[in-house]
Amino acid sequence: MTSETDMTHKTLALEVNGRVVETRVPAHRTLLDALRDLGYVEVKRGCEKGDCGACAVLVDGVALDSCLTLAWTVEGCSVTTVTGLGNRTEMHPLQEAFVEHGAIQCGYCTPGLIIAAHSMLSENPSPSEADIRNGLSGNLCRCTGYTKVFDAVAKAAGAMREAGETS
Amino acid sequence: MLSGFELDLPDTLVGVLDLIADGRGTPAVPLAGGTSLIVDMRARRTMPNAVVWLGKIPELRGIQVTQDHVRLGPCTTVSDILNSDELAGSGVSLVRAAEAFGGQMVRNAATVAGNIACNSPASDLVPPLMALDAEVILESRSGSRTVALDRYFTGYKEDVRRTDELITGISWKRQEESSVDLFHKLARRKGDAITVVGVAVNMAVSDGTCMRARIALGAVAPTVLRAKRAESMLEGETLTPGLIEAAARQATEEASPIDDVRASATYRRHGIQVLTARLLTQAWGRLT
Repeated sequence: MTSETDMTHKTLALEVNGRVVETRVPAHRTLLDALRDLGYVEVKRGCEKGDCGACAVLVDGVALDSCLTLAWTVEGCSVTTVTGLGNRTEMHPLQEAFVEHGAIQCGYCTPGLIIAAHSMLSENPSPSEADIRNGLSGNLCRCTGYTKVFDAVAKAAGAMREAGETS
Repeated sequence: MLSGFELDLPDTLVGVLDLIADGRGTPAVPLAGGTSLIVDMRARRTMPNAVVWLGKIPELRGIQVTQDHVRLGPCTTVSDILNSDELAGSGVSLVRAAEAFGGQMVRNAATVAGNIACNSPASDLVPPLMALDAEVILESRSGSRTVALDRYFTGYKEDVRRTDELITGISWKRQEESSVDLFHKLARRKGDAITVVGVAVNMAVSDGTCMRARIALGAVAPTVLRAKRAESMLEGETLTPGLIEAAARQATEEASPIDDVRASATYRRHGIQVLTARLLTQAWGRLT
């Protein structure tokens, strides 16, 4: 098992959160499995059908369900997980707003929600409540009832507009 | 867990057509957004030995609006449609369908050709496209052909596309100013839900006469279909509330809905009646 490439296995150079990591994966490996195998366990496994959004990551800034994305297809793209947006000491405005508004309960859906919100805000920095609901309709949360999530995203959108950046 | 397959990522259309024709002895299945095919593969409903990814060919994605026509590249995503200013003026019913389609991540990945090729009777993009008289362009190594979308589906999960053919475009004539196209999706909730009844209407009116009526129905038959007898009741006529009700009732006769987990056949028929009448009334009201 070296770096030779065939149509079923190859060594990928994946750019994750600004860092290039090499991993040898089969053609049928999803981005979700590849990322979790590499230790990016903030990317959550949910329905694996594109219904729940727990596995969402940004690929070149656009939110995709990593369970429906083959790892080979994102080589050369920039992949961002929720920890790539910010961390405990330097939180992203979305992360701060989720904490402030109590938009997190069990936390399982949170990485996907923040990724989906980020992707939506980069397309539409001033969303209406209906825009927020539609932007997050592919993320299931069974704890919060969503109200605090929508409040947090609206608050973060305002903070990001004031800071003059949507990234 | 997906079972194993060979994966190719060609960067030319010719490369794709070669691989789906015979590839390396195993015809490859085209993959775009994966929101249908990967789900089916994981559920073992389909287990291709070879898959060809279309995402490395930028010219397959995009919206072209010329003086007479609108053409969508096959890999144009649902989000591309939703965010398109051009379509807002020449296919707004399709934009409404894109808005009601899945959740954001699915809209970011799912493609217009995929939504046709997956042959779902509950497709959201097909009813408005069918009501716009859209055509599907199919290409293979041996040539290309154009099929009207309302002749594309031949039965439940069956269509005219050969496995060596790829959908390489979807096009329709730009609508005249005196026309309106509308879409309504009825589902259990507004976002990320499978359609219970989808209705698309396209109407052109001249001098107080309905010159063109199109009614396309989703999720109420083995395929998306046009209610052609209902359409012909309207064309050449001055619409009245009574005629609209009668045409909507005729549309329910042309459908063959089933009972399933989302709704009963009776409820679906009622949905067709109410929504068809509502959209016809709105269209006629805007044009007269």
